Amino acid sequence: MPSLKDLRNRIASVKATQKITKAMQMVAAAKLRRAQSAAEAARPYAERMSVVLGNLASGVTVGPETPRLLAGTGSDRVQLLVVCTAERGLCGAFNSSIARLARDHANRLLAEGKTVKIICVGKKGYDILRRQFAEQIIELVDLRAARQIGFEHADMIAQKVLTLFEQGEFDVATLFYSRFRSVIAQVPTAHQIVPAQLEASGAASDAVYEYEPDEGDILTTLLPRNLTVQVFRALLENAASEQGARMSAMDSATRNAGEMIKKQTMTYNRSRQAMITKELIEIISGAEAL
Amino acid sequence: MATFNFELVSPERVLFSGSVDAVILPAADGDVTVLAGHAPLMTTLKTGFLVVTDKPGNGKRVLVRGGFADVSQNGLTVLAERALPAEELTQEILDKEILQAEMAYDATNDLAAKHAAESALAQLREAKAALNY
Repeated sequence: MPSLKDLRNRIASVKATQKITKAMQMVAAAKLRRAQSAAEAARPYAERMSVVLGNLASGVTVGPETPRLLAGTGSDRVQLLVVCTAERGLCGAFNSSIARLARDHANRLLAEGKTVKIICVGKKGYDILRRQFAEQIIELVDLRAARQIGFEHADMIAQKVLTLFEQGEFDVATLFYSRFRSVIAQVPTAHQIVPAQLEASGAASDAVYEYEPDEGDILTTLLPRNLTVQVFRALLENAASEQGARMSAMDSATRNAGEMIKKQTMTYNRSRQAMITKELIEIISGAEAL
Repeated sequence: MATFNFELVSPERVLFSGSVDAVILPAADGDVTVLAGHAPLMTTLKTGFLVVTDKPGNGKRVLVRGGFADVSQNGLTVLAERALPAEELTQEILDKEILQAEMAYDATNDLAAKHAAESALAQLREAKAALNY
């Protein structure tokens, strides 16, 4: 049976923890609003880009002339996984669910006898994946210094991927991130970025387009840019998801702490009362004995 | 004057959306003015100023770097990797852009890329000089 002092200390420490989680929840809520509006502002660009590229690509027949970013290398032996996670923990299952998706994917590929290479964006995913795939991880991109995800960060990652692709280091690249659906629902997603997957819009205009410079040139400049946009979008969605996950995790932590305090206070009062009763009995029985 | 729909989008935000009279684009092979009813066209852009005329005699200048324009029946869409309205331009921003262009110039050996970087530099220096007045 813990003493009264122990109980008091325990209640005080839970209260302190609750204050921290409450503060973290509010900070996450404020950051979420910013991240969400950034993700929403980036959406039009990404959407237009994929529409234009889809139109362009649907007119191109795959041949030896087609850029390899679109057509692929013709093999899928070496797979690159770009795993985007957060830099910080305490956000529920956010990091582990992305890592789990990537791990399952990597295990399946390894079982098929393929070579797997991993680029980790964010320290948390690296920490998780390092245990199992220490040899496969070729790079860790650290974005901790970045206060706000900018296009240049996405560009940096995309350039790394492009350089590797040009050097023939991999055949297929897949991007792992968490899609932001709502504050309480974030969906870990795998998205193939190389070769580019484009949904040709059915409403491809019949009008004859003029291209300046020619079609192939535009395609070769657009494809790398599309890669950057995809990465940028993933990073923004990830940032919003992270804050959303943290907010709900901290909310439930605060609630749990509240419950714990309630229970502890109950025990504390009960044992205090028991003590008083015991003392009274002692006094009374002492007086009776006289 | 007939108007058409114009959208200027950068990865971070939508800069302009609405109907305009004319837009001058710094297209890769030279400036292009787009008016209502322009034939479908798709072109890449070089670094330079895009001029939006939303009513006669009122042109707004926007510095764009890297991007492309798509003219279709629905109007003109410009996707710029970086877009800065002229009124937001400052000395520091331009200096940074110039530095980047210089770096791009030094980084490549490809003749076409060098040429593109050179023309970008010229545009930026001109903009900087104009700012000083």
